[in-house]
Amino acid sequence: MNGRNVFAVFAKELKDALRDRRTLFSTLIIPTFVIPLLSFGTLGLGSKMVAKARDQKPVVMIVGGDDAPQVAASLAKLGRFEIVPPRAGHEQLIADKVVGAVLLLPADFAAALRLGEVPRATILHYEGELRSGFAADELERFVREFREQQIAATLEAKGLPLRTVRPFELARRNVAPPEKVGGNLLGGFVPYLIIVLCFTGAMYPAIDVTAGEKERGTMETLLCSPAARVEIVLGKFLLVLTGSLTSMALSLGSMGATAMVTGALMHGGAEATVAGAGAGGGSGYVPMIAPLGLLGVLALVLPVAVLFSALEFTIALFARSTKEAQSYLGPLMLVVLMPAIVGMLPGIDLNTTLAFVPLLNLSLACKEMLSGVWHWPYLAIIFFSTCLYAAGALALAVRMFNREDVIFRT
Amino acid sequence: MIEARHLSKTFADRKRGTIHAVQDVSFQVEPGQIYGLLGANGAGKTTTLRLLATLLRPSSGTAVIGGHDVGTAPEAVRRQVGFLAASTALYGRLTAREMIAYFGRLHGLAEPEIAQRTTRLAAELEMDDFLDRRCDSLSTGMKQKTSIARTLIHDPAVMIFDEPTLGLDVMAARAVLRFVRDCRARGKTVIYSTHVMSEVEKVCDRVGIIHGGRLLAEGTLAELAARTGQRDMEEIFVQLVTAEVAA
Ligand SMILES: Nc1ncnc2c1ncn2[C@@H]1O[C@H](COP(=O)(O)OP(=O)(O)O)[C@@H](O)[C@H]1O
Ligand SMILES: [Mg+2]
Repeated sequence: MNGRNVFAVFAKELKDALRDRRTLFSTLIIPTFVIPLLSFGTLGLGSKMVAKARDQKPVVMIVGGDDAPQVAASLAKLGRFEIVPPRAGHEQLIADKVVGAVLLLPADFAAALRLGEVPRATILHYEGELRSGFAADELERFVREFREQQIAATLEAKGLPLRTVRPFELARRNVAPPEKVGGNLLGGFVPYLIIVLCFTGAMYPAIDVTAGEKERGTMETLLCSPAARVEIVLGKFLLVLTGSLTSMALSLGSMGATAMVTGALMHGGAEATVAGAGAGGGSGYVPMIAPLGLLGVLALVLPVAVLFSALEFTIALFARSTKEAQSYLGPLMLVVLMPAIVGMLPGIDLNTTLAFVPLLNLSLACKEMLSGVWHWPYLAIIFFSTCLYAAGALALAVRMFNREDVIFRT
Repeated sequence: MIEARHLSKTFADRKRGTIHAVQDVSFQVEPGQIYGLLGANGAGKTTTLRLLATLLRPSSGTAVIGGHDVGTAPEAVRRQVGFLAASTALYGRLTAREMIAYFGRLHGLAEPEIAQRTTRLAAELEMDDFLDRRCDSLSTGMKQKTSIARTLIHDPAVMIFDEPTLGLDVMAARAVLRFVRDCRARGKTVIYSTHVMSEVEKVCDRVGIIHGGRLLAEGTLAELAARTGQRDMEEIFVQLVTAEVAA
């Protein structure tokens, strides 16, 4: 094999690709600008909506409890709710998002309490609807407090301490370090993103240097040259790999930069608020990822990019036209995404068997590395098995290129 | 020189079954000679020439080009061959100069040599006006000149032309024929396929008539005329082919 020929093919394909608007668009422009914009846009919009739902006073309604106006009165006293006067058809009102949640009391609520009966208070809400969920949570907290007050009053009347019914306190505290939380949150998302970017970055170059070249009638010209088939495949493959890695690096770089800028802005803002309020206190943690973990992820991604590039090259080579190639590679992307999505599911952890499953092993390992956990034996299995798969895919590409019925498929 | 020895090529086609595109074809072409391969569409001309250029591997038989066997030393064969066909297009996003240089590099030429040869070829083929224009913006005639320069950059001893005048206007076609004769004058071994009878009369020293993948007859124009008792190339061709179909 002659390295000069490989380089000559690669250099020509690179020049060719840089002059092709479609390749530039799909491997440079989209990953640098569109993907970060979309991801941050969606994330930003999502968190904004959640924040807005939290900030708004929950709209609630009390139905029934005609003899217990003190319930409505203490609810109103809290000032945390917007209370709507009772109206008929409250279930429909919840469905129509006019009210978030409804507290349903029996008409003789106070009388029943007095008589020692155990009346039932029901909270109506709309499962899955964000604002209804918040309203129901808040309403339930209020009702629990109200019940505690009832208990306290009863105990006091009988001369018993509150300890009788509450012998100890219960609290819940998060001990996960911030990067652990970030690792689990981002650990699922980052590999997913990397897989998508590696795949889409390779797609257009792979099609252009194979089916595209067949379609434009230059394949035969190239094959007349004395370059060996394997040299041509390697040169072209390197271009595809370049596309894959470039688009991933650009996108991650661009997103990292955006995250740092917005993070700095948000952080500065939070500190100013705290200082202005003149009081410390937990403002919640910022999810972080282990920086070394990111390096580890990149090391594992390299063989995956090789695998994708070789695979997409082979499939696109088989196609007669760019259209046909697109119709093969588009659906393949969904297939490739499945393991990444499975890896995001909670409860699936890396083990020796899963370490051999391509892509799924990457997403599971990413989750661990980004939260600072390093299972070296697994990582070694993942790296070397993926290298093996990648080498297999590349060998397949060379074999395909040597097949006359593939090259001259008409 | 070119020596085809019992070349055969079969294709397995899903719809048409087994296709015997080339069957037991043997011939020889000496340096300084133009060998014409004359046949109708689908006769097997392109397949024969692709076998010679090592784009396809023979199903049986072989060919030796400049002392190298197409089966065992395909790269050595390609180093000596210039292949020009209607199906060998140019890279549209490269300029004519870049296109020529790319093939110079693949042939292992050094950059100064590529530059020097490009300058000479451009002068010979009158390409200076469009040498730095992208190939997709060139006219058919300009493209053909660029393709010719591409096949000549490594100064091959053997030239293979597969219907090089297909789709060209009269002037461009004449220029190509002139160029084919130039190759002969420089002592190159030339094989030229066509379905145009008059082109054979104009440029070929020897003619092989191919039909249904078989070489029906070959010889100089005079020999074929004597054998068939016809004077005109078209009449010779029709007589040989109808005799074959009847047999
Ligand atoms: N790659 C291929 N696969 C299947 N059949 C082919 C292939 N290439 C050529 N053929 C068939 O072989 C025969 C000879 O074709 P070809 O050599 O192109 O003839 P010509 O160049 O004389 O027109 C035709 O029947 C053609 O359809
Ligand atoms: Mg043909």
